[in-house]
Amino acid sequence: MTARIVHIARNTFREAVRDRALYNLIAFTLLLSGAAIFVGQISIEIERLVVVNLGLTAVSLFGVVIAIFIGIGLVSKEIDKRTLYTVLSRPVRRWEFIIGKFFGLAGTLVVNTFFMAIGVFGALLYVAHKFSKPDALILVALYFIILEFLIICSLALLFSSFSSPLLSAVFAFSLFVIGSFADDLRGFARLTHGFTRWFATGAAYLVPNFSTLNVISQVAHQQPLRAQLILQNSLYALFYTAMALSGAVLIFERRNLK
Amino acid sequence: MAAIEILGLEKTYMVGFWRKRPKRALEPLHLTVEEGEIFGFLGPNGAGKTTTLKMLMGLVFPTAGTARLLGRAWTDPEVKAQIGFLPEQPYFYDYLTAHELLDYYGQLSGVSGPDRKRRIDEVLARVGLTDIKGLQLRKFSKGMLQRVGIAQAILHNPRLVFLDEPMSGLDPLGRREVRDLIEQFKQEGKTVFFSTHILSDAEALCDRVAIIHKGQLRGVGEIEQLTSSVQGKVEVIWQGTQVPASMKALGAECHVTGDTVRAVLAANQQDAAIDALRREHIRLIAITPLRTSLEAYFVEKLQHSQTAAGTTAGTAAGSNV
Repeated sequence: MTARIVHIARNTFREAVRDRALYNLIAFTLLLSGAAIFVGQISIEIERLVVVNLGLTAVSLFGVVIAIFIGIGLVSKEIDKRTLYTVLSRPVRRWEFIIGKFFGLAGTLVVNTFFMAIGVFGALLYVAHKFSKPDALILVALYFIILEFLIICSLALLFSSFSSPLLSAVFAFSLFVIGSFADDLRGFARLTHGFTRWFATGAAYLVPNFSTLNVISQVAHQQPLRAQLILQNSLYALFYTAMALSGAVLIFERRNLK
Repeated sequence: MAAIEILGLEKTYMVGFWRKRPKRALEPLHLTVEEGEIFGFLGPNGAGKTTTLKMLMGLVFPTAGTARLLGRAWTDPEVKAQIGFLPEQPYFYDYLTAHELLDYYGQLSGVSGPDRKRRIDEVLARVGLTDIKGLQLRKFSKGMLQRVGIAQAILHNPRLVFLDEPMSGLDPLGRREVRDLIEQFKQEGKTVFFSTHILSDAEALCDRVAIIHKGQLRGVGEIEQLTSSVQGKVEVIWQGTQVPASMKALGAECHVTGDTVRAVLAANQQDAAIDALRREHIRLIAITPLRTSLEAYFVEKLQHSQTAAGTTAGTAAGSNV
């Protein structure tokens, strides 16, 4: 069981690499090195702030784009191209396929983030000439970004299990945008009354809360982060991902592969 | 033991915008294939062959019915370790090489490391792809992909092999090679269930065939048994250059070649033809029963079903009036 999931995950990772998904790293490197040189020349005292802000935001956005655009095709592409037929005609359970695909994409994003993180730290070293203790918080921000990717991967996979790639992309991207303002949505829900309050609160808690996973600004300003937040966010991301994956499995288990 | 027991599998799709209109893809199907048989599943395009195979592979869920493969429930994932499947017009992960693809499928089928390496080399040699095992599949021709498809279907040395249109799109040489492979599978004791609409392939390979049309099973049995059920003809050859009028009266189709005449007529006219030749003192050379081809049987079954459908429609229309 575990072995089959690992094999599927490894093949998904290999597909992403061979389909040149990691080429985004080139664009990222160019962006960050250009920005570091530019910032180093024009800003005084805020080089670090700008580089951390820009670097982490780029890590997040590049990853989200990859997660959505690979994630939406993970299942539907296999059905359209009929590559799934020769996989599911082996002793592979459908849920193993979904979970394997998820880990494959998640692994791709972790590797991608690892290389981008090296880029961020490299740019930081270039502008600040040395690392300071608060720079370790960048690792926490990167961890939260990876949690964000896990949620997006699972959502993309969920949509991919029943809808076309285009619609899946629209759904996943919409949820990413709405989820980035989840705190505002919850604030709005508190201001309303009656049925609207119920509805708004339900919607606010249903969409993924990406705003709680975004600590880029705090890290850039070297503000401390609570250890409790790390635990809370980890549990939240784990729970949300598990729910979305369960949904994907439930749908896919019943789907006719015409 | 029966390798395949299909017990009333049927499939109805709901079509239309609201998915409310039922479309019957397969009527309840009952079929048994014994172990070691080469079984042909014949029918025109859209007959329900691929739907049946997809249901047996667990890719499509039946509306009703059940099946057993190698004595176990067809939904049991573990039985699939003993099954090989070649889909119609197979498409594989084109970023992989043939070797990598087979390695991946071997892993999924639970073939252990050293055994897997040996089996991959064996099957690649068997389908003639050893020289290009390091080439990415995106550079493969259709025929080469079909070979990869066969290689992946037999990689884990399955007891039961399902092949969906294995010869489709292949050139004559490729078809011949696939035929030879299927014959080898039989010699190895494997059960082969293959769907095709190329009747000559079925005729050359199959122990038994089933004919399906519009989702309904029209006939099943050994080819000779099936074709003998269609009224046969005999070929009568005699020496001479003349066709007696009495032979023409029997409805014989006669062709004169050199100093022999060849006549083909209905088998029940055979005795009358012999009598006619005796009366004319003509020297008879041979009388041979003409075997009805599978194609003739197939066409008759299809025409019969169309006529029946037409009659039913006519009756329905008549009753409406």
